[in-house]
Amino acid sequence: MLGNTSTVPYAGCKMSLLDKVADLGRSNIELIRGFGRAGLMLWGAIVRKPRAKDFSLFVKQLYVVGVQSAVLIFVSGLFIGMVLALQGYNILVGFGTEESLGPMVALSLLRELGPVVTALLFAGRAGSALTAEIGLMKSTEQLSSLEMMGIDPLRQIIAPRFWAGVVSLPLLALIFTAVGIYGGHIVGVEWKGIDSGSFWSILQASVEWRQDIVNCLIKSIVFAVVVTWIALYRGYQVIPNPEGISKATTQTVVQSSLAVLALDFLLTALMFGR
Amino acid sequence: MMDNKVLAEPKSLVEIHNLGFSRGEHVIFDDISLSIPKGKVTAIMGPSGIGKTTLLKLMGGQLTPDVGQVIFDGIDVHQCRRDELFELRKRMSMLFQSGALFTDMNVFDNVAFALREHSGLPEMIIKRIVLMKLEAVGLRGAAKMMPNELSGGMQRRVALARAIALEPEMVMYDEPFAGQDPISMGVLVKLIRELSDALQLTSVVISHDVQEVLSIADYVYVMADKRVIAQGTPAELKASDIEQLKQFIGGEPDGPVPFHFPAEDYQKDLLG
Repeated sequence: MLGNTSTVPYAGCKMSLLDKVADLGRSNIELIRGFGRAGLMLWGAIVRKPRAKDFSLFVKQLYVVGVQSAVLIFVSGLFIGMVLALQGYNILVGFGTEESLGPMVALSLLRELGPVVTALLFAGRAGSALTAEIGLMKSTEQLSSLEMMGIDPLRQIIAPRFWAGVVSLPLLALIFTAVGIYGGHIVGVEWKGIDSGSFWSILQASVEWRQDIVNCLIKSIVFAVVVTWIALYRGYQVIPNPEGISKATTQTVVQSSLAVLALDFLLTALMFGR
Repeated sequence: MMDNKVLAEPKSLVEIHNLGFSRGEHVIFDDISLSIPKGKVTAIMGPSGIGKTTLLKLMGGQLTPDVGQVIFDGIDVHQCRRDELFELRKRMSMLFQSGALFTDMNVFDNVAFALREHSGLPEMIIKRIVLMKLEAVGLRGAAKMMPNELSGGMQRRVALARAIALEPEMVMYDEPFAGQDPISMGVLVKLIRELSDALQLTSVVISHDVQEVLSIADYVYVMADKRVIAQGTPAELKASDIEQLKQFIGGEPDGPVPFHFPAEDYQKDLLG
């Protein structure tokens, strides 16, 4: 009897350890499958001969994904530029180098904050909307309906949204950066009294086309691909019920944000790590 | 099983041979074979949750069976490449249970959608075709309305107009009468029968609304327990003495399909 009672917990312990290993294996296999499915979805959507109709679908999505995010990006850029300038001024003035406020604001925005914050805001505003929209289309059988009409939903629904995201995010990042610099100008020049000529001339002398502006665009394009891809995949693979859609939109925002921050470190290390 | 009298005369448009399908461990279909005759209304009935909609998705190539074949007009649906499948689907159409109208388009654009995508016709001709289809379902006056402004029954009628817009050879109806009031149900019953006759459509109606289905079907398959348990004309089915079929058609709460889900002894459960 004693022997029996002592072996049962041991056996249970052994099983639970095995179960944990099996669970780990299963979740890894599922993760790799997920990458495969996401890759196939994107491949199926974008590797196509374009049609004339595709352009009008793209323009419509450019409006929904890009133009409708512009106000959020504009306002956020303005305030972040202003805050950056105010904090920067308080530090720089202690060293008597407040004239360097222009390059400080511009380089911070171009190299990091512009692409990263725009991508995070884009994931929250447009990414979650894309996931919810496609998830609802799936749950109301609109995607199945397209398939049964002989129309490929990857081409009709996924492709225009993907290209709209890839085109609009870098443009939004440029708008964010430009408005942010203007916000810095408002605080530094209009409020704190830095000489306007110094602000702009030192800024112009410090910002390089290849090192700063091109890298800003490269980062934005990478973030645009990743955020839009995650948003579309999460919508396309949604479990078609209210709980599934809610979970998918949350996953879009969380996974996109983490991916953007991790990729930002990687890209920064490659671009500026020398 | 009864003799298949209807199938002897016209050629079949769809043949399902020894079809098996499961989701994970759960077997949905086990060795199902049936034929859908050309130009007739064929009904597939059975209790909820036995996979009737899944069968339509298998017929349309949206799902792939574990074993067996679905042959549409001599073409094995599941051997088609993706582009061939999309081409094949232009010859079939499906009315979804929810209607599945595109919510960002008005009624006219919903019906015109497939025509604009596939027909290559000028807009003037498309307009006439769409208005004719909407007139056929009695909703020409609602052409400019959005789907969310329509009742459930009207949405299904618009979806029906959209389903027949390209004049397919076969229309599959997924639970067309579910959740409809008596008037909407009567309208849908009339439309399905009349459109099938007028356009010489092959219709497949999936439903568990016994009386409505028996009133319009030329031939009926009844499914239960992962297989076809009976088939025949509505008159033959009504006269059948198969217990399971009698319970289903009579709507009896208990019988071969038990009222109680399998559970432990009631007394034992109550008294611990």
